[in-house]
Amino acid sequence: MYTLEHVSKTYSQSKRRVTALQDVTLSIPSGQLVAIQGPTGGGKSTLLQMLGALDRPTTGRLTLGDAELSHLPDRKLGGIRAREIGFVFQGFNLIPTLTAQENVETALAPLGVPAEDRRRRAVDALASVGLADRAAHMPGELSGGQQQRVAIARALVKEPDVLLADEPTGNLDEETRDEIMDLLEGLWRDRGLTLVIVTHDSAVARRAERRLHIKLGIVTER
Amino acid sequence: MFFTSLRRELAGRRRQTAIVAIGMALAIALVIIVNSVASGVRDAQASVLQSVYGVGTDLTVSQEPTPPTEGEAGAGPGRFEFGADDGTVSEDSTSVSQSRLTAGFGSTTFDASALETVTGIDGVAAASAALSLTNLTFSGEMPQFAARDQGPPPAEGGDTAQQPPTGGFDGAGGSAFDVDSFTVLGIDPGAAAVGPLSSVELAEGRGLEASDAGQAVAVLDASYATSADLAVGDTIDVGGTEFEVVGTVSSTSADAATASNVYLPLDLAQSLSGLDGQVSDIYVQAESSDGIAAVQADLEEALPDASVSTQADLAASVSGSLSTASTLISNLGLWLSLAVLVAAFLIAILFTIQGVTRRTREFGTLKAIGWSNGRVVGQVAGESLVQGLIGGAAGLVLGLAGIWVINLIAPTLGGSATTGAVPGGAVTAGGGGGGPTAAGPFGDRLADAAGATTEVVLNAPVTISVVAIAIGLAVLGGLLAGAIGGWRASRLRPAEALRSVA
Repeated sequence: MYTLEHVSKTYSQSKRRVTALQDVTLSIPSGQLVAIQGPTGGGKSTLLQMLGALDRPTTGRLTLGDAELSHLPDRKLGGIRAREIGFVFQGFNLIPTLTAQENVETALAPLGVPAEDRRRRAVDALASVGLADRAAHMPGELSGGQQQRVAIARALVKEPDVLLADEPTGNLDEETRDEIMDLLEGLWRDRGLTLVIVTHDSAVARRAERRLHIKLGIVTER
Repeated sequence: MFFTSLRRELAGRRRQTAIVAIGMALAIALVIIVNSVASGVRDAQASVLQSVYGVGTDLTVSQEPTPPTEGEAGAGPGRFEFGADDGTVSEDSTSVSQSRLTAGFGSTTFDASALETVTGIDGVAAASAALSLTNLTFSGEMPQFAARDQGPPPAEGGDTAQQPPTGGFDGAGGSAFDVDSFTVLGIDPGAAAVGPLSSVELAEGRGLEASDAGQAVAVLDASYATSADLAVGDTIDVGGTEFEVVGTVSSTSADAATASNVYLPLDLAQSLSGLDGQVSDIYVQAESSDGIAAVQADLEEALPDASVSTQADLAASVSGSLSTASTLISNLGLWLSLAVLVAAFLIAILFTIQGVTRRTREFGTLKAIGWSNGRVVGQVAGESLVQGLIGGAAGLVLGLAGIWVINLIAPTLGGSATTGAVPGGAVTAGGGGGGPTAAGPFGDRLADAAGATTEVVLNAPVTISVVAIAIGLAVLGGLLAGAIGGWRASRLRPAEALRSVA
C-alpha cells in the first residue's frame, strides 16, 4: 500500500524552479488499479517516478508498505525496485542487443537468480504474455505490441507487488492498445497486483477502479 | 547475465568494437615492435662492445692522456734510425727493415701495481691488465750508394758528366719505403676469464696459456691473419722479435673483428716496448651487477688519476647505423609509440563515453528495474576491458608479425667508435701523438677494434616481457576507458535518464 503525505517535488531548470508536485496527500491500497490522467507537464510522470522509487520527494513522506521511500538511500531504493516494483514504459525500453528472453532475464539479474532458473522463468513470463515463440527474437524483429508484451513480461517475471505503467499504450494503435490493456487487466486480476497506469487515453483510464487527475502538480480524484 | 550482455553488446556493436580494437591493436603492435627492436639494438650494441672488451667485463680502468707540454716530444713512435752497416746488401741495392713497438695511439700507460689495488677492492670478482701497443714496421730498398762512391773517379780533362744512377728498386737509383702497422695487445696469458679474449672463439690453433708467459708466442685476429697471409706455425715480427703464431681467434659477433690484431704475453709486450711494469687498461669484473656503481666509486677513489668506465659509458661511444638505430628507437620510436598509445586510449575512452551517452535510456531502464550502480559500471568496464583485450590480442599478433618481418629482413647495422667528445669521455679526439687518437676509457680498444665498422645483424627478440607489455597495455587501456565510461554511467540517475529520453 502506498501512502503519500504532503509530498512535493521541485526541480531546478535553467535557474528556474519548477514545481512538479504540490502537497500531494493520498493512499493507494494494495491490489487497486489506478489511472492517472492530466495534461502534458502536469506532473504525471513525476508522480509515477516517486511511486516507483526512482526519485525522492523534495518534501513530504512517501511509503510503500513498511518502506519509507522518501528517505531510503539509493542502494535500498534499488533493492525495492528490483524486488517489488515492475515498470512498463511508453517506449518499451528494451535492450536492443538482447533477445526477448534475455531482456526478460535482465529483471532477474539483480535478484541473484541462478541462470537456469532465470531462463525458465523468462520463458514462462513470455508465454504468459503470448510470446512463447518469440523468445529468441531481437526487439527490432518484433512489432510494437509484441515489444510492449516483452516489456510487460520483464516487469512481471520477478512477481512484483506493484506494476507501474507510463503511457503503456501511447505508441500503439487502437487494436493493439486494447490487447495490451486486456493483458494488463487480466494480469492485475490474476495476480492481485497494484497497477498504476499513467495515460492520456480516456478509454484506458475508464478501465481503472480509480481515476486520479493531476494538473500543475496538484492531484484530484475524479 | 554479465557475459550474455557482454557478448551481445560487443557482437551487436561490431563497428565500435572493431574501431576501438584496431586502434588499440595498432598502438600495442607499435609498442611491441619498438620494444623488441630496442632490445635487439641493445643486444647489438652489447655484441659490438663485447667484441671490443670481452664478455664479463663490467668496468675498465685506464688513464686519460695528457697533452704534451711545450718542448716535450709527443707520443709518436719516434724516428727509425739505421746505421751504416744495417740492411741487407744485394748487388746494387740495400734492403732495410725495422720494427718498433710503441704505446698505442692515444693510450696512456700507468704502473701495473694498479692491478693489485683493483683486485683488493671489495666487490671485484676478477681483474686483468693489458698493454695496448702499436707495432710499426719501416722497410724499404735503397740503391747501393757505397758502390757508386767507390767507383773510379772521372779522368782529368775527361768527360765530367756523372754516371747514370743504377741500383735501387727501379734499377735507376730510386728508393722505395713501406710503413706497416698493426695493433698489439699484451695480455696476461693466465687470465682468460676477463678481458678482451674472453669474448672470442678460437678459429685455429690454441689461445694463450699461463705457461706462455715470457715465451715468444702470439695469437692473431683471424681477419688480420688472413689479410696478412699468416697462419698458425708462421712467425710474425713484433718489435724486432720473431713470434710464433700459435693460434687465431675470431669475434663471436658476425663479421666483427676482435680487439686487436695481435695478442702477446704481457711481460714480453712490456719489455719489447720499453714499458716494463706498465699497463694501459685494467679489465674488471664485478661480483654482481648491482655492485658495479659501488665498485666504480671505490675504484675512482683508490685510483684518483684513473678513468673508470662502465658498459653504459661505453654504449654511448658506439656510432654508425647502430647508433642511428638506437637514437631512432629511443627517440622517435618511443615518442611515436607513446603518441599512438595515447591516441588509442583516447579513442577507447571517447567511444566508451559516447556509448554510455547513447545508451542512457538503456542504463536508465536497467537501473529502474533494480540494477545496482556496481552492476552497471561492471558491465561498461567489462565491455571496455574485452575490447582492450581483443585489441591486445590483435596487437600481439600484429606485433609478432612485425618482429618476424624484421627478423626475416635481418637488417645489418654497423657500429664503430666515434671520435669527438662523448659522455663519460669515452672517446675523445686529440692527444699528443698526432693523427686521430682515441683516448679515455675503452677509447683505445674501440679505436683498435678492427679500426673499421663492426657489422651486426639486428635480431629483434620476442620475450615474455613483450607479451606482458601487450597484455598489460590492453588491460590498462580497457580499464581506463571502462573506469571513465563506468563512472559516467554510475552518475546517471534513473529518473533523469528516463526523463531525458522520454
